[in-house]
Amino acid sequence: MSILVDTNTRVLVQGMTGKEGGFQTERCIDFGTNVVAGVTPGRGGTTHLDRPVYDSVKQAVNEQGANVSLIFVPAAFATDAIFEAADGGVDLIVCITDGIPTLDMSKISAYLAKKNVRMIGPNCPGLTSVADKAKVGIIPGNIHKPGSVGVVSRSGTLTYEAVGQLSALGIGQSTCVGVGGDPIIGMRHKDILELFEEDDQTESVVLIGEIGGTAEQEAAEYIKEHMTKPVTAFIAGATAPPGRRMGHAGAIITGSAATAESKKQALLDAGCHISDSPGDIGITVQKMLG
Amino acid sequence: MKLHEYQAKNILKSFGVPVPNGKVFESKDEAGKFVDELGGSAVIKAQVHAGGRGKAGGVKLVRNAQDGADFAGSILGSKLVTVQTGPEGVPVNSVLVEELVDISRELYLSITVDGGEKSLVIIASEEGGMEIEEVAENTPEKIQQLHIDPVSGYQPYLGRQVGAFLSMDSKQTRALSALIENLVNAILENDLSLVEINPLVVTADGGLLAADTKMSTDENADFRHSKNADLRDAEQEDPLERIANEKGIQYVKLDGDVGCMVNGAGLAMATMDVIAQVGSSPANFLDVGGGGSEEQVAEAFKLIVSDPSVKKVLINVFGGILRCDVVANGVVSAYKEIDVNVPIIVRMTGTNAEEGGEILRSSGIPATVAHNLAEAAQKVAE
Repeated sequence: MSILVDTNTRVLVQGMTGKEGGFQTERCIDFGTNVVAGVTPGRGGTTHLDRPVYDSVKQAVNEQGANVSLIFVPAAFATDAIFEAADGGVDLIVCITDGIPTLDMSKISAYLAKKNVRMIGPNCPGLTSVADKAKVGIIPGNIHKPGSVGVVSRSGTLTYEAVGQLSALGIGQSTCVGVGGDPIIGMRHKDILELFEEDDQTESVVLIGEIGGTAEQEAAEYIKEHMTKPVTAFIAGATAPPGRRMGHAGAIITGSAATAESKKQALLDAGCHISDSPGDIGITVQKMLG
Repeated sequence: MKLHEYQAKNILKSFGVPVPNGKVFESKDEAGKFVDELGGSAVIKAQVHAGGRGKAGGVKLVRNAQDGADFAGSILGSKLVTVQTGPEGVPVNSVLVEELVDISRELYLSITVDGGEKSLVIIASEEGGMEIEEVAENTPEKIQQLHIDPVSGYQPYLGRQVGAFLSMDSKQTRALSALIENLVNAILENDLSLVEINPLVVTADGGLLAADTKMSTDENADFRHSKNADLRDAEQEDPLERIANEKGIQYVKLDGDVGCMVNGAGLAMATMDVIAQVGSSPANFLDVGGGGSEEQVAEAFKLIVSDPSVKKVLINVFGGILRCDVVANGVVSAYKEIDVNVPIIVRMTGTNAEEGGEILRSSGIPATVAHNLAEAAQKVAE
């Protein structure tokens, strides 16, 4: 089995009747994902992409047994959509929408914890379990090969880059997850690593980080203490300038942990194989696998 | 979005947080007159979106109206270069004139978002003043961090913990707790991402005063704060970056000579990294965005080439939502409009990469094609 989504996944799509939501949902269906319903308030009783559309998440869960919600609704309505999904009975929410206010995400996180619901995103490309034909997000389906490398990354195209390099070398993937780049997100790198460690389909992991925050250090700590599977890591942004920031509060929280150098060192100390260049991620994994 | 100090203090005042008596001016004579109204002495501060103003000569204590007008006149209309601005500096279009404050202690207090804990965090220290980051690095025990649970919200016991940490008596602690509660209310109602009061002054008579403050809003929440548009001061932003942002392109000017056009911020940073690794240097960060149109790509290309320091251009696109044929068409249409005298290296893969390659080939643009990121970097170095 892969992580988070697999052959048992039954996806409902909030915002499936929109232009972007419809376009992306079609690609999920083409990949083999079991999309069972759409949810658009006011459009209940219609069908779209040959799937029934409901007014509420609860109806889609009750009538179609949906257990994962994929969200494409615009930012101004996304907070409402996430709360509805968490209250509606799905186990996992994947929110592609970007532009959700940070303080909303703080409240959402507390609610998800209370409801015991997991979330990927927001502002993320979603995830794909390759062999299990479950693509819940916008990662292009044709870049994958099925296999045993788990990929966890923050943002979209850099995830595709890593996956593309693996596939070009004939190295297949189990599940590829883009957790998103916002200040507050649902599952973080470390949470995904925990799942990969327990997943029997995943034999090794590629971790892609970026400058800013402390998610990579958290991940390094987990790898050092608990991870038995080998990890290849790349950190983007070594050459990015510090930027014109304001105030000191952010720096006080992260200390020097936000820099690429500090993240790389933490992952190296945890025993990871480091890819120094973004062009060498695939090759580094190939060497690691021997 | 960054706010000016005077804007931040207006917000603090409206939420009951005490700030020094002061007013903002764009004219030196009116600034001078207000010094008189304050009793003949005042502190005058350049209003710019950057810290480090004091060391850069943007803040001065004046003892009469003439001195006040002279200093205001000397900085109004000039550019202030601080450690946080970069060498080009930021324009000073207004000054804040404030009463002098009788200082007995200078503390540090801020509230911001901690992504790791997924909540707001109160940060406090007895070491108010300039070098708070060094304090955090060298003597972390002098910094207190307390998280505010989003469900329970702010409760006075948190304020009591901060008061105890700052060695305050019970009366002062009550005032501090009320001040923190007001800050939290200001944050929640305005969707602020940062409020920093440095220094938070304890006055000679024991009162609390926000002597200097920095404040940023969460731009993701602009849709529910229509008044934020009036608070924006676009002149504080880099002109090229401003033009780019208005077109939905994320652009940051850098020092090198390789112009880059990339889709996605992570891949854009990785592209800069790979350019640096082959001994070249990126001229910019540019994320054309996931939902970019042909017009946006064309604008992005023109923007890159308009930078006189650009000697080569690398286009690195992993087609996803943004298709490679759209990128190719955008580049071709921009190429036809302007004179391009620098070599172009293109690496396109993902959605519709073949169509994109064909569009470039048939257009006759002399672009060097690379098949992967490593090869693209090599061709940049050649």
